[in-house]
Amino acid sequence: MTLLKEPDFGTPERPGEATVSVEVDGMPVTVPEGTSVMRAAAQAGIEIPKLCATDSLEPFGSCRLCVVEIDGRRGTPASCTTPCADGMQVRTQTPKVEKLRQGVMELYISDHPLDCLTCPANGDCELQDMAGVVGLRQVRYGYEGENHLDAEKDTSNPYFDFDPSKCIACSRCVRACGEVQGTFALTIEGRGFESKVSAGAGETFMDSECVSCGACVQACPTSTLQEKSVVELGMPTRSVITTCAYCGVGCSFKAELRGDELVRMVPHKDGGANEGHSCVKGRFAFGYASHPDRMLKPMVRDRITDPWREVEWEEAIGTVATKMRELQGRYGPSSIGAISSSRCTNEEVYVVQKMVRAAFGNNNIDTCARVCHSPTGYGLKQTFGESAGTQDFRSVAEADVIMVIGANPTDGHPVFASRMKRRLREGAELIVVDPRRIDLVRSPHIEAAHHLQLKPSTNVAVVNAMAHVVVTEGLADLAFVAQRCEGFAEWAEFVARPENSPEATEEVSGVPSGELRAAARLYAAAPNGAIYYGLGVTEHSQGSTMVMGMANLAMACGNVGRDGVGINPLRGQNNVQGSCDMGSFPHELPGYRHVSDDAVREVFERLWGGTLLSEPGLRIPNMFDAAIDGTFRGLFVHGEDIAQSDPNLKHVTAALEAMELVVVQDLFLNETAKFAHVFLPGASFLEKDGTFTNAERRINRVRAVMKPKTGKHEWQIISEIATAMGYAMSYDHPSQIMDEIASVTPTFTGVSFEVLDKLGSVQWPCNESAPEGTPVMHVDEFVRGKGKFVVANYVPTDERSTRRFPLVLTTGRILSQYNVGAQTRRTGNVAWHPEDILELHPHDAETRGIKDGDLVTLASRVGQTTLHAEISDRMPAGVVYTTFHHPVTGANVVTTENSDWATNCPEYKVTAVQVGLAHPLGQSGTEVVEDDHQLVTVVD
Amino acid sequence: MANQIAANHVHLPGDAAAEAIAGHIGKFWDPRMRNRLYEFVDAGADGLDPVVVAAVRLLR
Repeated sequence: MTLLKEPDFGTPERPGEATVSVEVDGMPVTVPEGTSVMRAAAQAGIEIPKLCATDSLEPFGSCRLCVVEIDGRRGTPASCTTPCADGMQVRTQTPKVEKLRQGVMELYISDHPLDCLTCPANGDCELQDMAGVVGLRQVRYGYEGENHLDAEKDTSNPYFDFDPSKCIACSRCVRACGEVQGTFALTIEGRGFESKVSAGAGETFMDSECVSCGACVQACPTSTLQEKSVVELGMPTRSVITTCAYCGVGCSFKAELRGDELVRMVPHKDGGANEGHSCVKGRFAFGYASHPDRMLKPMVRDRITDPWREVEWEEAIGTVATKMRELQGRYGPSSIGAISSSRCTNEEVYVVQKMVRAAFGNNNIDTCARVCHSPTGYGLKQTFGESAGTQDFRSVAEADVIMVIGANPTDGHPVFASRMKRRLREGAELIVVDPRRIDLVRSPHIEAAHHLQLKPSTNVAVVNAMAHVVVTEGLADLAFVAQRCEGFAEWAEFVARPENSPEATEEVSGVPSGELRAAARLYAAAPNGAIYYGLGVTEHSQGSTMVMGMANLAMACGNVGRDGVGINPLRGQNNVQGSCDMGSFPHELPGYRHVSDDAVREVFERLWGGTLLSEPGLRIPNMFDAAIDGTFRGLFVHGEDIAQSDPNLKHVTAALEAMELVVVQDLFLNETAKFAHVFLPGASFLEKDGTFTNAERRINRVRAVMKPKTGKHEWQIISEIATAMGYAMSYDHPSQIMDEIASVTPTFTGVSFEVLDKLGSVQWPCNESAPEGTPVMHVDEFVRGKGKFVVANYVPTDERSTRRFPLVLTTGRILSQYNVGAQTRRTGNVAWHPEDILELHPHDAETRGIKDGDLVTLASRVGQTTLHAEISDRMPAGVVYTTFHHPVTGANVVTTENSDWATNCPEYKVTAVQVGLAHPLGQSGTEVVEDDHQLVTVVD
Repeated sequence: MANQIAANHVHLPGDAAAEAIAGHIGKFWDPRMRNRLYEFVDAGADGLDPVVVAAVRLLR
């Protein structure tokens, strides 16, 4: 595809039923009421010159280039700020406006460098374009007068430069930072001729609050804000529309290339999830794909202490197949298994689970979703009948009260956070349930109505107390409940018990009862109340219980089945939803159907040939246990780094060391690869064809921007391993894999590459009754028929603070890094977060003699590590926090093996720890600390 | 973990709790994990919630 330039209608769409009809240059056009003259003209195919206007931003009316004449009106109004009125006659090209525009343009150019031929934006500059459009032929004022041509360039940001000498002060960047991103880091400083764009209080971009989302760069009509990659490589010449491979938002991007070299990623306006917005990772952090650390050749070794030996694909694949079969011969068919990756495409995940079930002949397939959102799958299936979130992201625009529980969207899901913040600025109320004071609690133009700053591990107590208020104060939507749900009476009796009252739970959760009651009333009374949640819900020993608790609360308040409501998991990796959909859990075939279901198994047995096991296989933690026990001997790890991401690393590495064959497929020699016998190099998302499914069940196309640098597609490698093991599996193209998925998965019946290419994306279910997908689930009835209230007992975690481990560690993410950092650590993003740090409350720091920046030890019952401290009152006293992006720190050295009762999702969010100043000689990682068994002192 | 499952079904009356626990373990646990649980029960079920023991009887 040649470079895709998306049409710009100048001002945003004004949805609505009522319309008005106008004539623009004699062309009749009918538009929704409130539409600008500029947009109406664009819809009639008439481009009015503009500089400050763009359809992602509200009209501003500053550049004066879009002036028009309107019959019966005086003067020359700006077409961007003038709404259409019925019968209006607009003239866009008259001698008067032409002269005005030329005069305006002449003034702009009189204070602009005339270096077009050497300017990086040459050919992609709206100022240049408009100079041509308005017919500018001369600048009468000369260039000797006062100007801004010597203004100093700010090159502090790793990804883009700010050259104020080229700025026309149109404010598009400032407005994009506020309206689109919601950060408000930019401003116009000074007045009149002194007006200039400023990041923060006259700071550099790097020192300011700028989050490098790129909205300003995208909005800039000149070369003032310009990607460094464009400066270095030149303007791209072609684009490929694909999907970001970072978080579960699933942003669409135009990958813009020059030849085969990726120059930049530009968010795609038609992307259903992001609608033209991006974050620093998706927009800029793609350099890892061409990083010199990438492994491009397969490698094998007999023992993990041996050096690697590069081999050809044939030998690597043959080694995997032969050794896997040997292990099965020696230890039984169930002695091997695989972990699929939520970073890979649906098609790749599907073939991995197929390889396990059909070629390995067992159900020992699990996915990294085990350690993040498996409670979501379990809890929503039990209550609603479907293991997925209920809404599309767009729906948040209809929410009146938004409750964010155990999630930090501005860091973890920033593009969705921008949508949410926009709605909050419009007046929606916010409830934050989190031990930390995350940015959303108070940020520019946003303040949470309630911050329920609960103690880690007490989510269920809090949600039950909210339900108590709803039930006992008569706030439940009984009509909704009666019509659509079952089990209400038993559940209502349970939550109404005195032990679930806010007053009773206050001691456990630390949330003041009055605050909790007020939050519950706010949520229950909202016309539309929406819950968004993350790993701060799921990664607990009661993760599944909490998901069911939230579902109960939503049903009781009638907040399911329409726009602006629902239960919405914010998925971590790009394809967590998809990897679960594709049958990666050891008990489920694709489409969440249990392996014990004879009819379902029969469908797959017929298609795949052979017999499938009806018993569930091993989950990831069970694989580790079985490896140490000696019954599990061979593991294929597809695109994951379990030796950094999984809890209690000592146990994980012991399991990996115990196995006779560990196969790792990844872009880099990650921590897990240190324990591998075969390394299969993977392809980056830029080299893949297929689909990702995001947190809103949206199936997005991933299109190859370039050929795989390794010479093989990942689905191809899996197929060849299966074939070498004696199970013939072959596809010519991933579209065939999707066709197979559609043929055996009811929710995917209508999905094909052809449909996706035509519609852009679809949200499953996509089938005969919903051929273009299902943005909102459970509209008329729940997938399981009646929504089911499930009694959700609060069962405290076994992990206890003691005198020896008096603090609670909770973990999370930071905006600039992603997951275990394998990708982002190999990009310019390290400029923001070069190491993991430990946040702790000033009181906890002071009592330990810790100062900001000190090196400290972080010790739990299972291990200890060292890292630098940051004193922060975002933390409540008694709780400390760190990220897990860096292997040097290895935060999971200290996390325990406690896990969710229903799914084994690890309890990453609750680890009893002690923090102290690090001894200069005691800085090494995995030290085991003896348990003191003094389960007496509760966190203060 | 079996005790954890039991704790999360404590609101159910005895038989129903045992059935629910048996259903959960049967649906989600690999056979070798179930066998280890059976062996643990056979060895005296030390520390195991009685309702899990009842669930194991249903599972076998």
